Formats: sequence, C-alpha cells, structure tokens
Amino acid sequence: MTLIRGRRILAGAMTLVAAAALAACGSKTTDGNTAAGVAADVSGDTVKVGLLNSLSGTMAISEVTVRDSIMLAIEEINAAGGVLDKKIEPVGEDGASDWPTFAEKAEKLIREDRVAAVFGCWTSASRKAVKPVFEKNKALLFYPVQYEGLEQSPYIFYTGATTNQQIVPGLDYLKAQGATSLYLVGSDYVFPRTANKIIKAYAEANGMKVLGEDYAPLGSTEFGTITNKVKSSGADAVFNTLNGDSNVAFFKEYKSAGLTAASMPVVSVSIAEEEVKSIGTQYLEGQLTAWNYYQTTPGAANEKFVAAYKAKYGADKPTSDPMEAAYVSVYLWKAMVEKAGTFDVEKVREASDGITFEAPEGLVTVDGATQHIAKTARVGKVGADGLITEVWNSGQPITPDPYLKSYPWAGGLS
Amino acid sequence: MTTVARDPVAAADPAPAPPTRPAAGPSRHRYRAAAGFAFGAALLFAVAPLVLSDFRLSLLAKYLCVAMVAVGIGLAWGRGGMLTLGQGVFFGLGGYAMAMHLKLADAGPGNMPDFMLLYGQLDELPLWWRPFASPWFALPATVLLPMAVAFVLGSLVFRRRVRGAYFAILSQALAAAMVILLIGQQGTTGGTNGLTDIQGFFGYDLDDPVNQRMVYFIIAGTLLALLALARHLTQCRYGELLVAVRDSEERVRFLGYDPATVKLVAYVVAAGMAGLAGALFVPAVGIISPALIGIVPSIEFVIGVAVGGRATLLGPVLGAVAVVWARTALSERFPGTWTYLQGLLFVVVVAFLPGGLASLIGLARRRDDGEPRPGLLRRLRLRRREGAA
Repeated sequence: MTLIRGRRILAGAMTLVAAAALAACGSKTTDGNTAAGVAADVSGDTVKVGLLNSLSGTMAISEVTVRDSIMLAIEEINAAGGVLDKKIEPVGEDGASDWPTFAEKAEKLIREDRVAAVFGCWTSASRKAVKPVFEKNKALLFYPVQYEGLEQSPYIFYTGATTNQQIVPGLDYLKAQGATSLYLVGSDYVFPRTANKIIKAYAEANGMKVLGEDYAPLGSTEFGTITNKVKSSGADAVFNTLNGDSNVAFFKEYKSAGLTAASMPVVSVSIAEEEVKSIGTQYLEGQLTAWNYYQTTPGAANEKFVAAYKAKYGADKPTSDPMEAAYVSVYLWKAMVEKAGTFDVEKVREASDGITFEAPEGLVTVDGATQHIAKTARVGKVGADGLITEVWNSGQPITPDPYLKSYPWAGGLS
Repeated sequence: MTTVARDPVAAADPAPAPPTRPAAGPSRHRYRAAAGFAFGAALLFAVAPLVLSDFRLSLLAKYLCVAMVAVGIGLAWGRGGMLTLGQGVFFGLGGYAMAMHLKLADAGPGNMPDFMLLYGQLDELPLWWRPFASPWFALPATVLLPMAVAFVLGSLVFRRRVRGAYFAILSQALAAAMVILLIGQQGTTGGTNGLTDIQGFFGYDLDDPVNQRMVYFIIAGTLLALLALARHLTQCRYGELLVAVRDSEERVRFLGYDPATVKLVAYVVAAGMAGLAGALFVPAVGIISPALIGIVPSIEFVIGVAVGGRATLLGPVLGAVAVVWARTALSERFPGTWTYLQGLLFVVVVAFLPGGLASLIGLARRRDDGEPRPGLLRRLRLRRREGAA
C-alpha cells in the first residue's frame, strides 16, 4: 500500500515539475546576454552603496579595517555635501569569509537594496564568486586589494595593484640589488600560485634561478620543513606570498633557523602595517615588502588620511595599502558619478577614463580600458617601530597591465 | 553509536516512531501523510513563487538543496545511528560533476573551461574531465559517483564494525582530504575559487529569472520526491531493521541479519541524496567550491538536522531550512554580531528542545490529548527528563 501511494505521490510531484518546467522556459544561452540589469534606487534624498566585507571568519581581521576606511570616506563625502546632492547611505553585509556567501550578499545588495555601487571583497576567490553576479545584474563593484591580474570584468573597478604594479616592480628591485636566485613560498590558493607562475616567467627571462617553490595550506603553522629547504637552497632572496596567520609561524621559524634580512631578505606582498603589528616587529625588522602605499608615504593627502583615520578609530591603528585603496575607491566612484552626472552604471563606466584623484599614495588615474588604476609601486623596509619606510619607488605611476601584454616574457601566461 | 537507545534525541522522537508504531489508525496516518505532501507541494509550488521576490526564491532554492542533504542525514543518522559528519564530500562530488559538465557546455565543444586556460599549464582537456562533456555521463554521475564512493567506504568501515566517534572522525578526515586535493589541483579543479561563473543549464541561460524559477521548481519537486523515498524507506521492513540496528546492532546480528549491509544501504542512499543536492545547488547558486564541502559545512549540515529533530521525517528538512534561513536573516539584520546570535540559537534549541524543532509538534499534540497543561518551561523540563530517562 505504502509503496503504491508513494509512487502516486512521486508521479504527482514529477508531473508538477514537468508542468512547471515547461511553462517556465526562458531564454536560451544562444540568445546572447538578455539580462536587463537592476537600476539603482536613487529616488530619495540618499543613495545607497553596499559594503561587502568579511566581518566573521578568518578574513575578518583584514577586511574589517577595509570596511572602516570605506566608512571614513563615506562620512567625509557626506560631510562635504554628498554625491550629486545626495547623502551616501552605507548598507553593510557580512561575506563571512565564505565565497558563496559573498555571491548571495552581493545579489541581495543589488536586487533588494538596489545600491548604486558595492565596495569590498578581499580574496580572489570571493571576487571570482561575485563577478558573475555583478555582470549578470550590470552593477558595479570596487575591489580594493592587490591581486594576481589576468582579469578584466566590465563591472569591476580594480583599485588595488595588478601584478605589473606590485610583483614585477618588486622583482625589478631584487634584480637591481643583484639577486640571481629566488625561493618561492606561498599559501595554497589562487593568488600565490598565479603570482609564482608570473615570477617564474620573469626569472627565466631575466637570468634568475628559482631554487624552490613551496605551498602551505591557508592557516598552516607548520614551517619547519619549508624553512630548512629555504635555508639549504642558499637563495639570494625569498619571495613570500603567504597570507594571514601563516606569516607569523613562517617568520618565527625563519628567525630561529638563523636566517636574517641581511643574509637572505624576504620580499612579502601580503604583509602590510596591520600584519606587521600582529606578526611582531622583532621577526620582521629589516624585511622587505612591495606595495603602493605605506602609512609613512609623504604628502599632505596622506597626512590628512592618517590623522582622520586615527581620530576615528584610535591612535594605535595603522593604515595600510588595501585600506588606502578602499578609501580611494569611494572617492573615485564619487568623481565618476559627478563626471557622468548620473548614477547610471553604464554612464559611470563611460565617464571613468582619465578620472584622477590626489590620493594618500599620490596621484592615481583611472584607466578606462582596463578599469584598473595607474599607481606608483613602492618597495619598503620594516622598521623597528613596526612602520614600513620606502626604500625605492617607481618614480611615476605605472599604467595597469593586468594581462602583462607589454612584457614579452609573459607571452605564455594567459 | 552503542548508547543510542538511551540517546535523548532518539528517545524524544515526538511523532510516534513509524517502525514501532502501534497498528491503531494506519489509515489516519496515511491520510495525514498524503495531506502533508499536498500541503508541502502547494507551499513550494504555489505560495512561495507568488510571495517571494526572484532573489528570495533563488535563496529558497539554495535552502532546499541543503534540506535534501538533511533528508539523507535524517535517514543515516536519525534512523541508522551513523553520525555522518562528512556529507560535504558527497555534496561536493555531485556538485563538481554537475559544474564540470556545465562549464564544458559553456565553453562549447572542443574548448577548455576559462579557468583552465588561466591557471593551468595544460594544452588540452585532462582525461578525467572528458566524460563529463556528455550529459548522459555527467547527470547520472552526480548521484552514482557519491553512491559509489559511499559504497566502497561503507563496505570497508561497516564490515570492520567501525562505529560512533571513529566513524564520524573518518568522515571528517575524508572531507578534509577532499578539500586539500581540490585546492592543490588548481589547474584542473579551479583551486580555492572552485568552479564559478556558470552561464547555462542545458541550454537555458541562468541569468534569466524565468529559468532561475524553473531551476527552483526542479529543486522543490526533487525534494518532495526524496521525502517520499525517505518515508517509504523508513516505513517498510527495511526501516524497522535500520532502527533495530541503530538501537542494538549485536542483537540484530544474532537474529541472523547482517547489520553492515543494513547500514550500508542507508549510508549509500544518504550519499546519493547529498550528491543530487550538490548537483542542483550548482545551477541554483552558480558556484561550487571547496569552501562548501569541507569540515565546517559538513558539520553545518548535521547541525541543521539536529536542530530540526533527526529522528523524524520532516524535522531534518525544517531544521536545515531554519538554520540556513536564520543565517541569512540574522546576518542581514546584524552583520557584525550575527554569529553570536546563531550560536545562541543552537544552544537554546539543544538545551530546551533536545528532540529538535519537530518535538514542538509533539508538545502541542500532547496538549490536544487533554492532559493537564503544565506551563511551557515545565513542559520543556518534563520532556527533557523523559529524554534523559
């Protein structure tokens, strides 16, 4: 009896599904992009923008500082009269260090809150997860973190560095210092693996040897073996793409193995002022970093930014590159909207080319073709006070080249 | 789980446990079940699409996928006493099988998926990807692949009489291993990013809200079908045997049955359900990544079932939907503090409703039976004491 009834129910359910599916045939993939996009709600006195950062999970420690600086920029802009006479109303969502959650929250911000733009994301994985959401809904994302390049979405503005503005200049610096061999250490995810692919291509073209390449799982604290391998390799320098907590364990192990900044310098691309504080200055003093901004970068714009940030969040809070890039992204969006005279996404994108802003890191210019930002590369050295001081810069802003098309050695990469 | 007979959750089974139910009034139960299915179908197929916006409906589709996994866990854990803390593996196998096919379909015949060109050093599609180009392979694989893995694992584990915490730890280890494997093979699996940016579903453009709705209907229908299957499995003779194995494996063996086979069937069916859920999750959400199948998500699947009431048919479904819905709702309202609220919710449910949300129905029913009505707290305490007894 139960079996027969079960089948009847099943048959009923299947019929319903079939009927619903038949009635609901939408467009085919072959029809081209039919999505209409969602227009932002700008009918009131305010315009909503989305803040999409991880407030919980492993990435929270970094991403909360980014949210803080976005909030600072919004407050400053509102105090100065807003954008197109509308005050900015921030809508915060928690990405929870979980990529599908990022996609869900992005969709919510765009479709339910109908925000004019979204600021946030940190890891490449979260950006890859939200990218189709922004493209489908034709909405804007401002992404503030340096990344591995090889991407160019029409609906994302990349205000952090791409590889030719951070990693390549870092390698140029090492080469100028006479380094002829490298050891690569990174966390096991997309950014380090892609960055190391680029580094290996660069090394091959520039007569440098890569003596080893090791990956540790994200969050790993086991670096004894890797440090021993690094030490016995006798490389001139280490290129470090480790992320998060792993850096603490790595640098402790590095120091206890008797390696120093003088004997074998480490160039890190994911350690900024905030991370220096948590790793401990005693382990990092004298080591190198490659970024586009440091708290110590000279200039009136930076003094104002640092002072405002410390006034709002506490004197012991450092400012760092991703925070600065996030702060700048809000101002760049404002400038684009004002140039376009509307919040309409397509018009804002058209207006973006050539927008400049006197940022804390120096003058930045939006490159409309790639939707990246021309920025100055800076190599810095960690000081005893935990701050990073610049030892070299590229002299002028470097034009973004996410696919490294202007570098002959990078031909086989993309 | 050798102590399952005294387990408060199992003993507090609110609806009369089907296998041990007295013969009285089977027709009433049958009527109630049919009405329940009709009500559920009406809710999912008529009310939800009318009431919810496109965005909320797509979220509901995602919740229902989690609920499908929960149906399987309800069977394997609630009925069979196997603490399946590694369902993420099967969810992932199903999800990746589906996503691989959809990525290949997006790329077009003979082309490689976009991420492979970016991160891989390959000149052509790896061998193990090739069969997934055919829907006739990929679709069955979403269910059969997890079932096959579960069969091999289950045969080894249950024959050797690995039980309780050891089985749970083994499941977790498997989930962790799978995540490490996927992340390490970035060139062919997409690494931490997973497989993203899925455009089409068998020729239908997933960007179109109409097609998203179609995916929702498929998911809702599948969930109902899986519920019918689970109900059938728990009500037939096999279901009684499964509960018997849960409560006293040695006795069942003594009676001449092979408990390993009995457990294996439930475990394999649960794996198939998780695989199907993963496969349907992909078109609904557009992404599958290691973050969805590791240790933490595997535990979250079980939490949903525990909150709902693992030993009932509907409990796991309601619990799973309630937990993921609460996650969305709380994190939207309180983006800074929602994790604390979620934790608090779990503590409250486990402390006051050890039988899960489903035991609320039992509480209400007892009141209808004309027993004296103690206050709510006292009622809850009563239930707890009964559970502990």
